[in-house]
Amino acid sequence: MRPFEEDFKHLNDTLQEMGALVAHSIQRSVLSIVEKNEDYAHQVIRDESRVDQMEIQIDEMVTSLIVREQPMARDMRLVVSAIKISTDLERMGDLAVHIAERALSLMMQPALPEPVNFGEIANLVESMVLSSLESFVKRDAQTARGILEMDNAVDKARHGIQRKLIELMQKDTSTIVRALDYLIVARKLERIGDHATNIAEDVIFLAQGVDVRHRVAEVA
Amino acid sequence: MAVKQPQTQMRPTTTPETSGAVQTGAPKMRAAGINFYYGKFRALHDVSLEFATNKVTALIGPSGCGKSTFLRNLNRINETLRDTRIEGEITLDGENILTRDVTEIRRRIGMVFQRPNPFPKSIFDNIIYGPRINGMLKTISAADIVEKSLRRAALWDEVKDKLRESAYALSGGQQQRLCIARALAVDPEVLLLDEPCSALDPIATAKIEDLLVGLKSQCTIVIVTHNMQQAARVADTTGFFLLGRLIEHDKTDTIFKNPSKKETEDYITGRFG
Amino acid sequence: MSRNARRNGVNAFMLGLCGVCAFVTVSTLFVILGYLVFNGATSVSLNFFTKLPLPPGKDGGGMANAIIGSAQIVIVATLIGLPIGFFSGIYLAEYGGKTFAFLVRYVADLLNGIPSIVIGIFAWTVIVVPTHHFSALAGSLALSLMLIPITARSTEQFLLEVPRSMREGSLALGANKWKTIASVIVPAARKGIMTGMILGVARISGETAPLLFTSLNNQYFSTGLSEPTASLPVMIFQRAISPYDDYHRQAWAAGLVLLALVLLANIAARTVISRGTSLPK
Repeated sequence: MRPFEEDFKHLNDTLQEMGALVAHSIQRSVLSIVEKNEDYAHQVIRDESRVDQMEIQIDEMVTSLIVREQPMARDMRLVVSAIKISTDLERMGDLAVHIAERALSLMMQPALPEPVNFGEIANLVESMVLSSLESFVKRDAQTARGILEMDNAVDKARHGIQRKLIELMQKDTSTIVRALDYLIVARKLERIGDHATNIAEDVIFLAQGVDVRHRVAEVA
Repeated sequence: MAVKQPQTQMRPTTTPETSGAVQTGAPKMRAAGINFYYGKFRALHDVSLEFATNKVTALIGPSGCGKSTFLRNLNRINETLRDTRIEGEITLDGENILTRDVTEIRRRIGMVFQRPNPFPKSIFDNIIYGPRINGMLKTISAADIVEKSLRRAALWDEVKDKLRESAYALSGGQQQRLCIARALAVDPEVLLLDEPCSALDPIATAKIEDLLVGLKSQCTIVIVTHNMQQAARVADTTGFFLLGRLIEHDKTDTIFKNPSKKETEDYITGRFG
Repeated sequence: MSRNARRNGVNAFMLGLCGVCAFVTVSTLFVILGYLVFNGATSVSLNFFTKLPLPPGKDGGGMANAIIGSAQIVIVATLIGLPIGFFSGIYLAEYGGKTFAFLVRYVADLLNGIPSIVIGIFAWTVIVVPTHHFSALAGSLALSLMLIPITARSTEQFLLEVPRSMREGSLALGANKWKTIASVIVPAARKGIMTGMILGVARISGETAPLLFTSLNNQYFSTGLSEPTASLPVMIFQRAISPYDDYHRQAWAAGLVLLALVLLANIAARTVISRGTSLPK
């Protein structure tokens, strides 16, 4: 492999590594909510700085590659996607931290009278995140398109949780503080799903050279 | 040199061969089924390509891929070599150039070569050579042609005070622009450029690229280049040649962002050999 | 270290040897020149250039007729030989296909190699015998037979040195082949071609053997091309083998004049070439 090909491979591998790290953080943050696991929450917060570092590293690699190699075709698309994907991943990492912080706050308060089921939304979002990373690794546009469709299901799940929490808050005003925390968590999870969708769109561009943002229906 | 006519008369069509080509109206030039031989060696295999009017088409590919050979057939300059043979049809405005008078064809299709090749005459005489032998001086004055051509080649200001000096007193970049002016002096409809900047420094190259972009409104331009960034900068459409075949021809943006053929992508990403 | 020393030794020796040979070559010219000057300078006088030859023993004779005669013969030979040679050279360089051009080139080279006396005999057989007299014209024809291949080959050589890109540049502007040759190629090669022509003419002006059988000699001015004519080389020959000292001195003088003319032609050719080249650096 020629030196410049190794540079592109290094960029690719670093992105993959960052994706894996963020995916784990998201999983841990969900578990810290659902299982009230304090260790997981703390780990997510610790790993945050590494995620930020990797975003900077990737940006530096990209600018060097542009200046040195004037990349074309698939190389150019990799470099352009790398910036976007790393930005999305970094935002996802931030969101996982916010969820972990909410988890720590909720752990110090009593449980809600009626439990709220985060399982569905958590599974959907985790599945989207892992799928988007897999589609990046394999440059698989078909898998990526599948993710775009899951966005609606996540939306529905969040609305369901929101309704349930609003009912709870209306019935028993002492639950308001805790319910609001859970509401925020649900919003954060939905935002993570949005970022996963962005990554899926970037993978379609990377794999096929097609820009599907903001107009999914036309391209499917 | 033998010219073999195709078995069936081919009418120029307006349907583009690839999805990306943008055609409004008939193409200025069209090559159909070109096979070209140096002796027994087949240098071009079945090449078909259209050149849209007033657009720049770049031909890229590795050394020896046939892009220069193909270009040199467009004004039949390959006929001056010994033992060459061409099959197929090349049309200009729908008429086959292979059967018409070659000197008239070469007035309408001009060429600029890889290394500047000014004649051993003054700057003025270099430019007026083409118009003089084509009888154009009956209608326009020589001084007018010289000034107009030098302006089109972005060289007028630099040489207007030394038109009677030898062309060899100019720098390489200036000599090449002089050759462009000389080619433009006969008012060609098509201008062929064979790696015109390969012997020049970056600044001279930039000047020529700028003037090409300005020229295309008056002229259809075909440029062979081994510099992909140059093709990306100046060309509307780009054709990729490999081993005597045209592999892909499409809008330049498409070729460089998302080419259809693997060989094209391997070449432009530098993963070739 | 000894290998280096030996190598240096061989190097120095060979350089020295080459230098000596070069010196010998150069000094030969100066020796000849010296001899001619020493022996002939005294006889080169105004009379030499203006008077006709007188019988031995009488003073004041000259070689005016030989000078004029040589000029006549060489000029006519040039008028015949240069154009033919020039256009043949163009043909060889620009038009030659495979077989005919090869034949022409081969024949030209053969002609170059034919001994000049054979050329003389040929001209004698072909012109002098049928017309029953010696003439300047026959001499000119013989000399032109020598001038043609020289000119053709040198013209061809200089035309071929013009780069192909210049031809293509002209053709690409819509010029046909002849216009390209006439307006671009020949002007580009003109300095070399002219040099070749000057040297060719200088060469034939000193040829003796062809003239022995054709223009013969004449003690007086000749009145036309169809008469025997005096020429410097033949005069030198005649005077040199005669038993008279007078005549020997005149031969030296003629030799000096002839050599001076040839040298002048060479120098002229060099100046023409060096006064700027007509091709790009």
